Amino acid sequence: MSRVLAWVDRRFPLSRLLRESVTEYYAPKNFNFWYFFGSLALLVFAIQVITGIFLLAHYQPSAGKAFDSIQTIMFDVKWGWLIRYIHTTGASFFFIVIYLHMLRGYLYGSYRKPRELLWIVGFVIYVCMMAEAYFGYVLPYGNMSYWGGEVITSIVGAIPYAGPWLASLVRGGFGIGTATLNRFMAFHAVLVPALLGLLVLMHLLALHETGSNNPDGIEIREHLGADGKPLDGIPFHPYYTVKDIFGVGVFLIVFSLVVFYAPTLHGLFIETYNYIPANPLQTPPDVTPAWYLAPYYAMLRAIPNKQLGILVLVLAIVAPFFLPWLDRNPKAKSVRYRPVYLAMVLVLVACLLVLGWIGMQPASPTLLPPARLCLGLYFLFFVSLPFVSRFEPTQAVPERLRM
Amino acid sequence: MGRLLLMAVLALGALPAAAATPKLEAPYYRFDRATIRRGAELFARRCSVCHSVSRIRYRRLETDLDMPPGTLRDDIMLPSGARIHQGMMSAMRPRDAAKWFGMAPPDLTLEARYRGIDWIYTYLKSFYRDPKRPTGFDNRIFKNVAMPDVLEPLQGIRAEDGSVIQKGSVSPEQFDRDVAVITAWLQYTSDPSKLTREALGPWVIGFLVLFTLLAYALKRIVWRRVH
Repeated sequence: MSRVLAWVDRRFPLSRLLRESVTEYYAPKNFNFWYFFGSLALLVFAIQVITGIFLLAHYQPSAGKAFDSIQTIMFDVKWGWLIRYIHTTGASFFFIVIYLHMLRGYLYGSYRKPRELLWIVGFVIYVCMMAEAYFGYVLPYGNMSYWGGEVITSIVGAIPYAGPWLASLVRGGFGIGTATLNRFMAFHAVLVPALLGLLVLMHLLALHETGSNNPDGIEIREHLGADGKPLDGIPFHPYYTVKDIFGVGVFLIVFSLVVFYAPTLHGLFIETYNYIPANPLQTPPDVTPAWYLAPYYAMLRAIPNKQLGILVLVLAIVAPFFLPWLDRNPKAKSVRYRPVYLAMVLVLVACLLVLGWIGMQPASPTLLPPARLCLGLYFLFFVSLPFVSRFEPTQAVPERLRM
Repeated sequence: MGRLLLMAVLALGALPAAAATPKLEAPYYRFDRATIRRGAELFARRCSVCHSVSRIRYRRLETDLDMPPGTLRDDIMLPSGARIHQGMMSAMRPRDAAKWFGMAPPDLTLEARYRGIDWIYTYLKSFYRDPKRPTGFDNRIFKNVAMPDVLEPLQGIRAEDGSVIQKGSVSPEQFDRDVAVITAWLQYTSDPSKLTREALGPWVIGFLVLFTLLAYALKRIVWRRVH
């Protein structure tokens, strides 16, 4: 065995990779609840790829056959319903896990120097996930798929001058149809997953270069022992591998409860209206997006002018990219020592929850004021952060980790 | 101006209709094989002349619902020449149906998915006498419905206010039970995996709970060195 390993190691850095990224990757010893979601995101990504391959074996990307092929998976393919429910549930859980993972970054200042690129790569992953989810949403070709496809491609069409040309390029024609399904399948099953895989790798490489942040937001690498290892660090394996396996267990219990007992989650994970085939002549009563994109939809609807709304939407997605340079607190990163920043993050989360709820309601003028208020507060977070973070009251940050 | 006025009147007319949507009633039934089987039999007798549930193959009633082959052949597989591996198609040709009813009766496989169980149950109970309609009946929650009141021999004839014009062949309580089992059947057709899922669930989750407890114990042992 060791001779085989030696043979491999001379040709491929297998042992070195394992050593540097697992057995001798030193992570802070005080990781809490919020630190489960990185490894869980990796797990869900794997689940989506594997179930996706099985679905791809039965799916037919054409306007005439797509809806029927999904029903064939649900009714006739052996265990097809299980595979598809795992894939649809996985899509929603991917976003639940990623949102909690991102919130962790906000809370403990994980985006701060030297982790700026780690944060940016992470956010590019999130944007790719939104694209991935959208393409996947159109593929079953129910009526919500069709109209969702129509609405989002029309956003591309609103770009000045090149818009109509770009929209027909994305759709593969003047409307949503077989050509659209074919290219969306190419994006959903090949292009975006390949990008995601690459970005996840970059994310991990960047993480292992800088080392993990922690709930105290201090650098464990600044306090090394006589052996040159961080005093407050413990090797990822076995400590965090066993801890993460426990996390995986809890996660899979929740996941299975949804898959086996409430796979549509009352229309939240699989929309009710998507159970009728795509029909260009019949608009659904309300075209609303999946829950994980609903906050952005509410932002779009809160602005009366279409071009301006799209500009605001793009700004809302781009703003968090600049977070590493907007937060300028000289002493602390983590909310543990920054009560004002904690309050700001909580308001931001509350605004996004309210916007998400509004985004799933039928368009109504009574919901406009709260939507605009939340939108305003969302941007206020990013605009005020450079000033607040400089002057906010900051408690004394300890030298070493607290458990 | 005239068009604007017309639109305003139409909008006003639409308002109370939207506001006065009748409340949906929830059916009471146990979602088990016996209930669904009875629903399938009633459906075959009362509904499947016009409505297909094309995604459900006859074979499924045997494998999923333990229906005896005799019942399946004699009571359910109505269209002559129907094969056990085929989907449950109505005996009517869609083109004829469209001519007779104005539109072909819809395939009901996924009806419970997007209408909902409560809607189907309430809809089937909401027919009332309306001589102005071509079939002589209308429906409280589906105005100007093309479907005739096929359950009228069971329910009897009701006026719009709910008063009884003519008694049916079964008691109102029995009628509610009959409609409930038809609803259960359509719930089954919309997602046959439900029976399998819910039987499998406790085993999968039981296994995962055991796995998680073990993982937690392992974590405690390994982490003793840190604390």
